[in-house]
Formats: sequence, C-alpha cells, structure tokens
Amino acid sequence: MIEFRGVTKRYPDGTVAVDDLDLTIDAGNITVFVGPSGCGKTTSLRMINRMIEPTGGSIVVDGRDIMAGDAAELRRGIGYVIQQAGLFPHRTILDNIATVPLLLGWSKAKARKRAAELMETVGLAPEMAKRYPTQLSGGQQQRVGVARALAADPPILLMDEPFSAVDPVVRENLQEELLRLQGELGKTIVFVTHDIDEAVKLGDKVAVMRVGGRLAQFDEPGQLLARPVDDFVDNFVGRDRGYRGLGFRSSAALTLGDLRTVALGEAVPADTGWVLVVDAERRPQGWLNAAESAPGAEVTHEHLVPGGSLYDASSGSLRSALDAALSSPSGVGVAVDKNGEVAGSVSADDVLRVLDDARRDETAA
Amino acid sequence: MTWVLGNLDLIWELLLQHLYFALPPIVIGLVLAIPLGWVANRSPVLRSTLLNISGLLYTIPSLALFVLLPPLLGTGILNPANVIVALTIYTVALLVRTVADGLSAVPPIVVNSATAMGYTPFRRFVGVELPMAVPVILAGLRVASVSAISLVTVGAVIGFGGLGKMFTDAFQRDIPAETIAGIVLVLLLAIVLDGLILLAGRALTPWTRVGPSAGRAA
Repeated sequence: MIEFRGVTKRYPDGTVAVDDLDLTIDAGNITVFVGPSGCGKTTSLRMINRMIEPTGGSIVVDGRDIMAGDAAELRRGIGYVIQQAGLFPHRTILDNIATVPLLLGWSKAKARKRAAELMETVGLAPEMAKRYPTQLSGGQQQRVGVARALAADPPILLMDEPFSAVDPVVRENLQEELLRLQGELGKTIVFVTHDIDEAVKLGDKVAVMRVGGRLAQFDEPGQLLARPVDDFVDNFVGRDRGYRGLGFRSSAALTLGDLRTVALGEAVPADTGWVLVVDAERRPQGWLNAAESAPGAEVTHEHLVPGGSLYDASSGSLRSALDAALSSPSGVGVAVDKNGEVAGSVSADDVLRVLDDARRDETAA
Repeated sequence: MTWVLGNLDLIWELLLQHLYFALPPIVIGLVLAIPLGWVANRSPVLRSTLLNISGLLYTIPSLALFVLLPPLLGTGILNPANVIVALTIYTVALLVRTVADGLSAVPPIVVNSATAMGYTPFRRFVGVELPMAVPVILAGLRVASVSAISLVTVGAVIGFGGLGKMFTDAFQRDIPAETIAGIVLVLLLAIVLDGLILLAGRALTPWTRVGPSAGRAA
C-alpha cells in the first residue's frame, strides 16, 4: 500500500507541481495517474522512489516513510519503467535486465539466469540476449524495460508513460501483455499516462489530475465514465464516454438468441436472409447471404461475407456485445463461448434492454 | 640506410628511452583527467574554469616548461621527472575537455534510468557514464598520445634522450640519413600507439559497432 499524505511539491521559483495530494494506492492493483501536461502526474510518480523529493507532506509505503532510509536502497526495491525504455546502450539485453540483481549483490551467474527467465516472461526470444538495445524495435525495447524493472521481483512497479513512444498497434499489444503479466504477478503498479483510453483500459483505479497538481477524481474506470464529478473530468474523459462506459458493464444478464448456421461444404439453404457459416468445430467463418446464392450449391469460402467483431459470452462486456451486433453485416451479433464456438446471437435491442434494466435497478437502489 | 644498419643498438636504446618518457604521461594524464572531467561536468562555472585553465596550460611552450619545472619541482635539470611531469600536464590539458565532453554526451534519460534503478552516484559514474563516454575519450586519447610522442623529441634539445637525440646528433655531425631515420621512427611509433588505442577501443565498445537495424525483428 502506498499512501500520499498531504504531499506537495513546490519548486524554488514558486511553481507548484503537486498540491496537497491525499491518495491511497491499494496493493496488488494497477493505479493510473492521468491528466493533461502540467498536472503533476509524473512528479507524483517520481516522488514515490525519490527521483523527486516532496517539499511537504509524506509518502508512506507499507507503513514506512520513504524519506527514512537511503534513496538508492529504496529505488532497488521499486521497479521503474521509464519512457522510451531508457536502456543502457553499452550493455547487452541480458545484462540490462540483470542490472538491479547485480546492484543488490547477486552473483553474475544467478543474475543472468534470472534475466533469462524474465526474457521469457515478457515474451522476448532467447536469441535477443546477446544483442544491444539499438538492435531492437521500440516495442521490444519496452519489453526489456519491463523485464529490467521486474528483475529483483519488487512488490511495486512504477511505470512512467512507458508506451507513449511506440505505435498504436504495438502499444495495444504491450497493454494486453501488461494486463496478462499483472494477472500472474499481482504487483502494486502505479502507471502514468496522458491517454484516458489507456487509463481506463489498464487501471483498477484511475486518479484524474488537473493542472496545478490537484486531484480531480479518484475512482474505478467505470465510475469515472458513468459519473464524472465535474466539467473538467467530464471533458477530460472525453467523447463516446457513454459507449466506452459499456465496457465496464457486465453482460451476465444478456440472454442469447438462436442463430441459423450452415457448415462449410453443406448445401446453401433454400430460404432468404443471412446465415452464419461455421467450420467443422462450429467456429464462425463469415456470413452467407442466401438470397444471393443458388440454393443447394455447396457452401465454399467464395460465398463468405466477412463478419464483424465476436462477442465472447463467457467474459464479455455490454460494449463487446453491442459492437458485435453493430459491426455484423447481417445486423445480428455472433456470440461465441470460451472455445470460440458459436453460442448464439445478440442484437443491439437486447443490449439496450439489459442496459435499461441495470440503470433502473441502480436508480431504485 | 648504411647509417641505420650500423647503429641499430643505439636506435633501439633511443626508442626505449622515448617510450619511457612518453608512455607514463599518457597513462597518468588519462587517470588524472577522468576525475577532473567529472568535476568539469558538474556545473557550467566549473566547466569553463577548468577548460580555460587547461587551455592556458597547453599554450605554454614545451621547451619553456622543461626549463621552468626543475626549480618548481626541486629536481635536477636532466631528471627524467621533468619531461614526464611536463608531458602529463599537456595530456591532462588535452583530455579534461574530452572527458567532460564525453560525459556530457551521455543521454540524460540513461543517467536518470540508472539513478532510478538504484545506482549510487559513484557506481553510476563507473558503471554507466564512464563506459558510455569511452568512444569520445579514446578519440581524445589518440590525439594526446601522438602529441606526447612528438613532444618528447623537444626534450633532446636540452639533453634528454629519446629519438629526438637523433635530430640533435644529425644536426651537429651533419648526417642527413640519421634525421630521416629519426622522423620515420617517430612517425612509426605514433602510428603503432594510435593503432593500439584504436584496437583497445574496439575491444571496449562492441556496442558502438552494431547497426540500428542489424538483427532487428519486426
């Protein structure tokens, strides 16, 4: 647990970067600091490992004031992932990852063995071990940065806009990877970003900060999207927040409808309308418009119209259910189970009805 | 050529003497320049002060320094320490700037990330900043070592040994072949030393020779 108690950072020229911040960061969760530039989010993060020292208040980690001990020692116990990775260009990937274990006095062999394990954990091929950072792509460098931060197995991980310098596709991969890793490791992660989408995607809780270093709202992402406390948060959370908010609503109450399917190789059914084409394992392959195909002909890949997004009924949200319906060429969304087999259909009307019911219950409660 | 073949023993002795005068200043100068360069990199004021002083030192004519040093050091006029101290001063004067430049070229993000990993300032200097400054420092060291090899010859004018003695001797006894042999040997010595530093640099900095795209996967 990390507690900010009335923390202030005032620079000698009078600028206040962080103003009387009170915040409790739960252990084992991802907490995201988000806000426009100049809101003090990075300063707040860097005060946790004393890269910047507060001028007022105190920061307490697991009951211990961080100012009590030696700064370098404190930092070896807190993982840190910096923007653009900040790797050491003169060291191989393996030795970059082994940095903190070596600082802690581990033997070279043990540190390198641990580093090799971590390369696997973050999805780096073993042959990268002997390469230098400039030989890696931005996304790979960022993985090395994460592995280096995890090397000594610190309970806390600070991540300072770690994915801001990579392209959107790689960024999304890295975000997924981080969530997967966090599922295994359960670290206390503090993550800084200026991107609200990244914040609501990754955060168990999100702290929205405003310019001048004041906390505007500290809440779960779903609450942030559903109930911004003021105009600033509302504006910052931005467009489509109603739609994006559906991502935090469970689809458990959604009942699936029937769906007509035909397997590849079977005959085109003699009726009109859209039919879902599946393979031998009942996985969706695409749609067939029976009205435009000769009845009785064998269904082949040539008949297929690409489908929309799939709604995973075992773990999906109302957002993925609605998107499946809206993106499907037939107007009917395809629900699949956790094996990827067709489970039924979902329509936009169904989703809206479930949403209405949920809201009515919330108002009544 | 006949002169050279007839005086191989003498040439070998002068060559060793030359190295004896030139190598210690290069090594000592480098060792002294590293902490001074670190200090110069602390603040703009320290930097300009130290760089101005070293610039001034380098402008003192070498012959004058050889003559000035004995009374200052309390050594005899022909004590080899005079030459070694004088050349060390030149080497330091050249290298302080180089070391300071090399250190200031280390990207701040790398220094910050080292600090955040939990490096103490001293370990960070030895483990991260200095190794990253090696390419710049070695480039300066090549200039300083060639300069030292060349300056040792001046010592011969006031009676020190080394290959410079071949020039004074050739002048007094009018042996042009000896002058040419001396020039060739000084050049060879400088080239060999330069090559050795270059090789040492390659061994120390494998990371500078990997292309940004070599081995990169998508």
